[in-house]
Amino acid sequence: MLKIHQLHKSYAIGDSSLHVLKGIDLNVEEGEMVAIMGSSGSGKSTLLNIIGMLDEADSGEYILDELPIKNLTEKKAAVYRNKFLGFIFQSFNLINYKTALENVALPLYYQGLKRKERQEKALFHLGKVGLADWAKHLPKELSGGQKQRVAIARALAANPKLLLADEPTGALDTKTSYDIMAFIQQLNDEGKTILMVTHEEDIANMCKRIVRLRDGVIMEDKKVNQVRAEQYV
Amino acid sequence: MFDIDLWREIFQSINMNRTRSLLSGFTVAFAILLFTILFGIANGLQNTFAEAFVDDANNSISIRSGRTTKAHKGLQAGRRIQFKNEDFNYIKEDFDDKVEFITARIYKNFQASFKGEQNRYNIRAVHPDHQFLEKTKIKEGRYINQNDLNNKTKSVVIGRLVEEDLFLKTRALGKYLNLGGIQFKVIGVFTDDGGDNEERQIYMPVTTAQYLYGNNDYIDQINLTYNPEMDYDQALAFSTLLTKKLKNRFSVARSDQRAVRVRNMAEGTKAISQMTVGLTFIILVIGFGTLIAGIVGVSNIMIFIVKERTKEIGIRKALGASPRSIVSIILIESILITAIAGYFGLLLGVGVLEWVGPNLKEYFIKDPGVSNGLVIGATLTLIIAGAIAGYLPAKKASRIKPIVALRND
Repeated sequence: MLKIHQLHKSYAIGDSSLHVLKGIDLNVEEGEMVAIMGSSGSGKSTLLNIIGMLDEADSGEYILDELPIKNLTEKKAAVYRNKFLGFIFQSFNLINYKTALENVALPLYYQGLKRKERQEKALFHLGKVGLADWAKHLPKELSGGQKQRVAIARALAANPKLLLADEPTGALDTKTSYDIMAFIQQLNDEGKTILMVTHEEDIANMCKRIVRLRDGVIMEDKKVNQVRAEQYV
Repeated sequence: MFDIDLWREIFQSINMNRTRSLLSGFTVAFAILLFTILFGIANGLQNTFAEAFVDDANNSISIRSGRTTKAHKGLQAGRRIQFKNEDFNYIKEDFDDKVEFITARIYKNFQASFKGEQNRYNIRAVHPDHQFLEKTKIKEGRYINQNDLNNKTKSVVIGRLVEEDLFLKTRALGKYLNLGGIQFKVIGVFTDDGGDNEERQIYMPVTTAQYLYGNNDYIDQINLTYNPEMDYDQALAFSTLLTKKLKNRFSVARSDQRAVRVRNMAEGTKAISQMTVGLTFIILVIGFGTLIAGIVGVSNIMIFIVKERTKEIGIRKALGASPRSIVSIILIESILITAIAGYFGLLLGVGVLEWVGPNLKEYFIKDPGVSNGLVIGATLTLIIAGAIAGYLPAKKASRIKPIVALRND
C-alpha cells in the first residue's frame, strides 16, 4: 500500500546543504507493522515526515494506496493527511485547552462532520482506548499513558489507512510503554498498517519488521518474530 | 456561510486564554476611550464657539455713519453723515439680488412703565426683516409687520425680561405700555439667545419712531444679510463695493474711515470656521494616531499569540486543518477581540462624557458628546482595524510548517 522509490532529501544549512535521505526504497504492504530504526541524524524522522506529508521530498517517488503524492498544495496536503494518515507523537501533542473528547473530535471537525456525529465517534474511539470515563478531562489532568491513549484515539478517529508513530513511547516509562505497545499491536491485529520510528530495540522487536537507517540509506530490512507486549504488562 | 463550529472554536480559544485576550483588548479599549473623549471635548469646544456667534445671522453686514475726518470735494471735515429712508431704499433696490434681509435701525432710550412698575429700556425702531437678522424668537403674539409700518401703529414687541420686569407675573400681550409718555400696545413678546441684554430690548416700527420723534426720515443704522449663496470672497467684494458706493453717495473721501462704516461679519465668521476646521483636524490626527497605536498593539499581541500557538497550529495542520481555516480562526479572533474591546471603550468614553460633561461648561466645553454617525463609523473602523491587526499574524500562522511546529523540544 506504500511504495517509495529512490527518495532524496537535503536541507540547506547556511551555505552548504545536508543530504539527509540518499535514495530510499521501501515497500510496505497492508497490515504490516514496521519499525524504522537508526541513530539520531540517520534520517528516520525525515523519512516519517515525508511519508506523513508534513515535508516534501526533493526527488523520488512516493505512492500511497496507488495515489502518487507529489507537488501537493497546502490545501491538498491537509485533505490527504486528514483522510489517509493518523499521527502519534512522542510528546502526544494534544491541545491543552481542549478536553480529551474535543481532542479526539478535532480531525473529524476538519472532515466536516456534524457536531453530534463527531461527539459520538470520538466517544466510541475514547472507549476503545479505555478512556470513556475521562472524556471531559483536560490533558493536564491525565497521566502520560492516558495522554498517549487519547492521542491514539485521535489518530484512529478519522479511520486512516496508515498510522504513523514518531517515538510513541519515547516519553513514557517502561511499563506504560509496553502498555501502549500492547494496544498498538492490538490495532495491528485488527488490520491497521503501522509505521513507527523508534530507537529502542525492545520496542522495535514488538513490530513485525525492522528497517535500519544509517546516514540516509537503508542498511538492513528484515522481518522479525514479533514479541508480544501483553506478557510484560 | 455561518459556521457555528468555527465560532465555537474561537470562543473556546478566547475563553481558555482569558489573560491574553484581556490584554490585547485593553489596548484597543483604551485607544477608543481616548479617541471618544477627545472627540467629545472637541465637539464641546465647537458647541461653545457656535453658541457665542448664534446671536446674529453670521452673513450679516452692518452700516453706520459718523462725522467725516477729511475734507473732500470742497466739503469740510467734521461734517455729520445722516442716513435717511432714501439711502435704505437705495441699497435695497440697487443690490436687490445680493441682499437677503435688510432693516433700518433707529436707537432710542425711554422710561417705560406699566401700572406701578417702571424702568429704562433701549428701543430699536426697525423693519420686519430685523427679526431674521437678529434671530429673534417670538414667544407670544407676533413681530412687527409691513402693516404696522404703513399705518405707523403705536405697537411694540418686548423682550421676555421686559415682560418679567414690568408686568410681573401677568401676561403683557395686548396690554398698553407707557413709553416716554406715549401709550404703545404690546403685540408680541420675544426671546433671544444673545443674553439678558438682548431680552431687555423693545422693538417698534421704524415709521412710527420717525413720525413720533421729530417727524423726519432719519435712520441711525442699516443692517442687512447678504445672499447666503455668496461665498466668502464674493461677500467681501460685496461689502467693499457697498462701502465705495455709499462713500460716493455722501461725497466722502475714500480713505475716510469714520464717515461711513461697513462691518462685514464674514471676516469674523471665516476666522471661527477656520479655527473649527483646524481643531477638528488636530483631534482627528490625535484620535487616529491613538487608534493606530491600538491596532499596532493588537497586531503585536496577535503575533505573540501566533507564536505561542505555533505548536497548536502545527497539530491542527497535521490533523488536516486547511490554511484557510487557520487564517479564519486567527483573523476572526482578532476582529472579535478588537470589536468587543473597542465597543467597550466607546461605551466607557460616552459614559465619561455624559458624567463629566455638565461640569466642563466653565472650561468652554459645552455639551461634549459623540454623534450616532461617529459611533457607527467607529464600530466599522474597529472591525476593519481588527482585520488589519489580525491579517499579518494570521497569514504567518497559515504558513507555519507542521513539521517545524511539532519538532520535539
